[in-house]
Amino acid sequence: MFWGYVIAGYGIAAVVLGTYVVSTLRRGRTLSRQLDPEQRRFLDD
Amino acid sequence: MNRLVADAWRIARKDLAIERSSRVVGSQILPFGIVMLLLFAFGVDPELQVRGGERSILAEIAPGLFWITVLLALLLVSGRSFAVESDDGSLDALLVSGVHPGSILAGKTLVVAIQLALLEVVVGAGSMLLFGVRVDDPLHLLVVMLSTTVALAGAGTLLLAVVAGYSGRDTLGPLLVLPSMAPVLIGATAASGAALYGTGSDGAAWTWALVAFALLYGAAGIVSAGALLEDV
Amino acid sequence: MTTVEMPPARSVPEHTGSRLTRALGGAVLVTWTLWLLWGLVLSPADVVQHESVRLFYLHVPMAIMSSVTFSITLIGSIMVLRNGSVFWDLMAGVAAEIGVMFLGLVIATGAVWGKPTWGTYWEWDPRLTTAALMFLVYLGYLVIRRLDMDPVVRARRAAVFGIVAFINVPLTRFSVQIWNSLHQETTISLTDTQMDGAQLTSYALGMLAMATFLAWLLVHRFRVAWLEHAMDESGLEKLIRDRRAEGAANEPGGVR
Repeated sequence: MFWGYVIAGYGIAAVVLGTYVVSTLRRGRTLSRQLDPEQRRFLDD
Repeated sequence: MNRLVADAWRIARKDLAIERSSRVVGSQILPFGIVMLLLFAFGVDPELQVRGGERSILAEIAPGLFWITVLLALLLVSGRSFAVESDDGSLDALLVSGVHPGSILAGKTLVVAIQLALLEVVVGAGSMLLFGVRVDDPLHLLVVMLSTTVALAGAGTLLLAVVAGYSGRDTLGPLLVLPSMAPVLIGATAASGAALYGTGSDGAAWTWALVAFALLYGAAGIVSAGALLEDV
Repeated sequence: MTTVEMPPARSVPEHTGSRLTRALGGAVLVTWTLWLLWGLVLSPADVVQHESVRLFYLHVPMAIMSSVTFSITLIGSIMVLRNGSVFWDLMAGVAAEIGVMFLGLVIATGAVWGKPTWGTYWEWDPRLTTAALMFLVYLGYLVIRRLDMDPVVRARRAAVFGIVAFINVPLTRFSVQIWNSLHQETTISLTDTQMDGAQLTSYALGMLAMATFLAWLLVHRFRVAWLEHAMDESGLEKLIRDRRAEGAANEPGGVR
């Protein structure tokens, strides 16, 4: 019965973090395309 | 320094004059406190006694209800404090005339504190009359009420200044003020319980915590006033 | 008609990745693999908490990382008030956003841990209560950052709130001690449990895994915030250009 809670806990974290990461990366791609190269970065790499 | 204090006092007197002529405190804020007292009596049966105790449940939880009422009133009072300014741009006029922003915030804090204190007197008297609340240690209670009032007024003025001039401030204000003030509420409830009934051994520690909150939030408002009020 | 192809001054990819994020991303993969291997497989179950102790290898590192992000918000807020730095304004907001997400997960995993251990999802314990308050306070901070007002004014106001809000971090961190010194009763303490070597290793790996993940995420999220900022700026510039052109066209004898 304890494994159920462990899986639930790690599962919630995986879903939330995964969603946030994917949406962040996708938003970065969408916005990058709409801007000129010299506007895209705060610093050179 | 004298100039700052004198300006703060002038702002406070101006706002007090506005409040006196508008009669909002007498006709709206104090009745709000009385309505809350009645609502609490409807929500918690005043006849119910604490098991094996000599007080009603309502009297037992009165400190918490009291401070919840004051906290909600804080939203109304400090919201007004900036609404009277930002509506017609008189805040800008004050700043242009060379009044230090810290004086403005200090003056407004004082006015909010005075209005809250009035409400506390009315709601406190009402709790004694209607709920059967007794006071063991009036001096202790006075210290608790003074420091909590200053902490709430300071923080309320500061946080409402953050959203001043924004059209959604009526709904955002509570989100900022209520969670930030919850530790003060917890402390005030515990310390007032100790002052009223001598319950709990931690009344003194909480009272010191409240004094610290009062100093902290009083000072925070004055220090950050420049950043909040000088809009470009 | 010839089109002049201007070579790009430097190649900036159409995403938020770079050598830095790839290096950090590699470190994330390695540390996460080790952490999950130790935390979920190699380390033994606890004598008292059984398998649910494994939730702590996730819960505690995230809690510490959320304090780190709110500290970044504090530093950023101070810098904004000192010199109006756009970098620090964006960084403060980005850090708070990630911190709120972490803190939400800390509360959620704590509740999932509490059910088998305490028998209840929620306990009015000082740590839980103050953590919930901190979550709401920083949620308020994120709302301030999205207010529709002048960006400079908004940055300063958010900064003031970002500094005031930080009081919740030590309050939550030391809540158990503060309340325990007030009340004499003892609450369940994490340090009571005996930790063996593999459990300690799981904690350490969890810290490392979350720290590298936070660094990787901060860089990406900051770059997105910078892109959003650049979009707003270029939108404003275009607006001004259009207005100027309009004004010139309307002028008598102006450019047609």
